[in-house]
Amino acid sequence: MCQVDEHYEEGLERAEVPSVSRKCVKCKEAEATVVIRAGDSFCRTCFREYFIHKFRAMLGKNRIIFPGEKVLLAVSGGPSSSSMLRQVQEGLSQNAHKKLRFCPGIIFIDEGGVVGQSVEQRRRTAGELLTVFRAAGFPVHMVPLEQVLDLPSSILASASLASKRTASSYKVAVDRFVRTDGGSSLTPQDQEVMLLPPVNQSQTQALQQLMMSATTLTARQELLNTLRLHLLVHTARSKGYNKVMLGDNGTRAAVKLVSSIALGRGAQLAQDTGFSDSRFGDIILVRPMRDYSAKEISYYNYLFSVPSVFIPALDTKTVDKSSIQHLTEIFITKLQADFPSTVSTVYRTSEKLQTVCRGPSTPEHTTRCLLCVCDLDTATEEASAFQATLTSEQLSVGPSGAARTETQRQDPVGLNQAAPPRQCCPSGGGAEDCGRAASGGGCCSSARLLVGSDLRSLLCYSCQLMVKDLASVESLPHYILSEAQRRQRRSQMRDEISDFLLGDDEG
Amino acid sequence: LTLIVCQNSHVYYIFDLSLCSGGAELLFNGVKEHHVTLPSHSEPWDIKQLLVWIQQNLLKERPELFVQGDSVRPGILVLINDADWELMGELDYKLQDQDNIVFISTLHGG
Ligand SMILES: [Zn+2]
Ligand SMILES: [Zn+2]
Repeated sequence: MCQVDEHYEEGLERAEVPSVSRKCVKCKEAEATVVIRAGDSFCRTCFREYFIHKFRAMLGKNRIIFPGEKVLLAVSGGPSSSSMLRQVQEGLSQNAHKKLRFCPGIIFIDEGGVVGQSVEQRRRTAGELLTVFRAAGFPVHMVPLEQVLDLPSSILASASLASKRTASSYKVAVDRFVRTDGGSSLTPQDQEVMLLPPVNQSQTQALQQLMMSATTLTARQELLNTLRLHLLVHTARSKGYNKVMLGDNGTRAAVKLVSSIALGRGAQLAQDTGFSDSRFGDIILVRPMRDYSAKEISYYNYLFSVPSVFIPALDTKTVDKSSIQHLTEIFITKLQADFPSTVSTVYRTSEKLQTVCRGPSTPEHTTRCLLCVCDLDTATEEASAFQATLTSEQLSVGPSGAARTETQRQDPVGLNQAAPPRQCCPSGGGAEDCGRAASGGGCCSSARLLVGSDLRSLLCYSCQLMVKDLASVESLPHYILSEAQRRQRRSQMRDEISDFLLGDDEG
Repeated sequence: LTLIVCQNSHVYYIFDLSLCSGGAELLFNGVKEHHVTLPSHSEPWDIKQLLVWIQQNLLKERPELFVQGDSVRPGILVLINDADWELMGELDYKLQDQDNIVFISTLHGG
């Protein structure tokens, strides 16, 4: 039998390797260690170079992050985002011309409360991560997910002025940066560390209640993603960051692409999975890890000792069919095992997707989804699949199907077709009174009806599906409900006014 | 022959047929080590047999999350002495003394 070579620690050469052995495709000398794509096997040294280079190349190619800009790294403690943190550290320690030139900070959102971790477990995880973060030397913001309950409604109103920076201004910024600063150390002298504040038990319970109100795991996962994103963007804004880096890798992007289609998020695919995402206007979300497969990341983390912590997710240890997202992951992973180009093929598709540019004259946020803040995809022509779905749903529910078809219930003869389905009191007390009362929460049925049809009109198709799976919409955080009521009042007011200005737009 | 399983939650499993020397320092916080003995065999162990043995002796809960069919579940990486098992003959690789075998789950949430 073969013997293990003495130089094994170097990880490069072994005198005899049992069974198949291949040389590294790059240096053609050292023994290959990692197969990253069919046929491409790298040695340890070349794999490291390839990995580090790819990160810088990704940022260089896209030119979205400007020199000197504050960038918030969203680190969950999982393999991908931990690897991302390491890449930023590597990038900042490179010599001048290869050096990354932005100012990173770290945010960790502690979701322990919704995945059933005890206070003690959460504290331990946070402590372990803090050690890693402190070593990086960047500002650290540790935030419990519970804080999402206290967000201001303004988070849902996207800032209208998107960054107008272009490729040429990027060049100018780089030049200026090189002149004034010479790329000298950006590492802050005093590391700002915001520790995890103690979490109120009742807050955790409120959050758990909200999560449990989602009757399916599919909806629960979507809800969690939505809340997490709101909290991320809010923290970025309040701490003065312009960009947020997310750790989504290529495998995740592929899974997300396929599951998003299944979830009815086709119109938002480009934003959900692309390299950059500007749905929040002033805060750009960036996904620099999407060029790496989950396998590459796991290998890198293992071989180069990137610490990560195990944090259970909502779908940890669940059965394959527990949710659409989980089933998609299993499906893609199985396919990938047999056809190693599956993930890259799927995720390259997502690169080709483009967001349709909204006209500059589009009226502000009323056209954005209340929850995911993407453009509403529900204003479609009559022949669309969406309308067909609505029609068939209405037909199958039938006139007696109460809750979902307010219009039909209130107006079975169809006398008042033009009236919006947001009338508050079936008793006909007058839309005006009811609108006023709703602001104070006084109307008998206002909340309930807001829940039913009115909330739907503020949501994109996919978020409508998610909300449909919530047992009670009242458990949604206050910032969402109050923003919903605000938008509703506005559109109600617009409707009232339009009665007096009859013919104004039509004429 | 000593088989040492280092388990980081359920993300890492390390099998080191000598002592958990090199492997341990690569592991991170929350590592659990199980010291078990791999029964002697007339033939040298291969990975396929090792998987069966792990399934029967180490996995108490939901073995299908680790083994499917006679191989590992898709999405679980196998490293043999820090090298991709695809380069080492996968299931047919014959275990040797001092071998270091690592299983890493790439699936979301382990
Ligand atoms: Zn090489
Ligand atoms: Zn939406």
